[in-house]
Amino acid sequence: MSDQLSTYVALTGNLQTLLVRLGIGNLRQGSLQRLTGGASKETWAFDAVGPAGAVPLIMRRFSADAVPSDSVINPETEAFLIRRAGECAVPTPGIRHILEPGDDLGRGFLSDRIEGETLARRILRNPEFAEIRTELAFECGAILARIHAVPREDLPPLKTRFAAGQLYELYESYQSFGGGSAVFEAAFRWLREHMPADAETPRLVHGDFRNGNLIIGVDGIRAVLDWELAHLGDPAEDLGWITVNSWRFGEIDKPVGGFGSVEDMLEGYRFEGGEAIDAQTVRYWRTLGTLRWGLICRSMARPARPGAPLTVERAMIGRRISETELDLLDILAAEGVR
Amino acid sequence: MNGHPPATELLASVSRFLRDELLPTLSGAEAFNLRVSINAIDLVSREIEQQDAADKREHRRLAKLLDSYAELDVLRKQLCEKIARGDIMLDQPALREHLRATSIDRLAIDQPTYSAYLAAIGRRRPAEAGGNETAEE
Repeated sequence: MSDQLSTYVALTGNLQTLLVRLGIGNLRQGSLQRLTGGASKETWAFDAVGPAGAVPLIMRRFSADAVPSDSVINPETEAFLIRRAGECAVPTPGIRHILEPGDDLGRGFLSDRIEGETLARRILRNPEFAEIRTELAFECGAILARIHAVPREDLPPLKTRFAAGQLYELYESYQSFGGGSAVFEAAFRWLREHMPADAETPRLVHGDFRNGNLIIGVDGIRAVLDWELAHLGDPAEDLGWITVNSWRFGEIDKPVGGFGSVEDMLEGYRFEGGEAIDAQTVRYWRTLGTLRWGLICRSMARPARPGAPLTVERAMIGRRISETELDLLDILAAEGVR
Repeated sequence: MNGHPPATELLASVSRFLRDELLPTLSGAEAFNLRVSINAIDLVSREIEQQDAADKREHRRLAKLLDSYAELDVLRKQLCEKIARGDIMLDQPALREHLRATSIDRLAIDQPTYSAYLAAIGRRRPAEAGGNETAEE
């Protein structure tokens, strides 16, 4: 506890210094709080009080002892991407500052804090969202079209990852866990046999565009969050990922995030200038995405760091492998298993 | 008279204590982790009750599917290898039915409120049901 307290005190001091230097204002006393979030990445909410009043802000940063992993982009690149996407009409929080070593706050960035709901279950059940829910699938399609249209020349270096490369990596990860899932084996086989041709021009792919990573207001999607899995690749990947059953949060008949139909999403995608992508290709990437989520669940059944205790949350996510197995069978059976 | 309460009864009483008496006193991350812990205890309880029967059913199906009477673990491994080689494919109804039945038995233990599980056994989740406590991460 005293460790946590001293971290908090240091954080408060360094943040106050930074806010003054940036001319944003003073840290409002007692406003700094850690939001629940990732284990390696911290999200803090706070208010700065400046000449024009209170400014709600967010700090995303790697915790001091976290080692950035290979599969995610570094936080400076993430901030840069968010800014670039914002310039291309993608709703994103405004980036206020990218942390520098001299700030003594770790690696990460400060951004505006946008009011709205991110908890998927509330978005799907709360009455205040009833009206906007029917519009969300179309809106997701439209926003994805804008993300995929961000000119590549303006982007920082990103890895290019099409289906073949992803399947190779996923199979390696599957084997590293000792294999042993007949359903995953069948899914790998099907995915290799039905691989779409690589697009001629790889597009910017968000990589984790789903219900839970969107800030929703009564007026619609206010911001797209969590860009750390961004890469270049097949735009259909994003369209498939948001339809993975685990992101429908119980609303199994509404494939897009639990709120809408694939047809509505694709209509929004075309409306905003996206290329023609058919439902079949979306289903391919839903299958790959389901398998990916299954392997993420499996990796959760290990401690976050070697030697660390396995938390009950991680252990229980490990048991969610079984949901992805049934989802894969549901998809592959509906495919007529050609 | 048999004085030993079964393990599942012990777990049920622990789960009840945590849910009814401890949980209301907690908030935030502690309450969240306690809810996940209660779910874990309930899962273990279902596993104690159902695993043996599920394994027997899986073993019988596999023996028939692979025409072999080896141990369950050996047959599971053989099935994976056959699928990887393409010797047995998902267009064979016997394989599909086996995988489906195995998944459904697994979910009955791991996550009996999961939407696709309820759909598979012909039930629907009640609109207000909670569901898996780790589902929001």
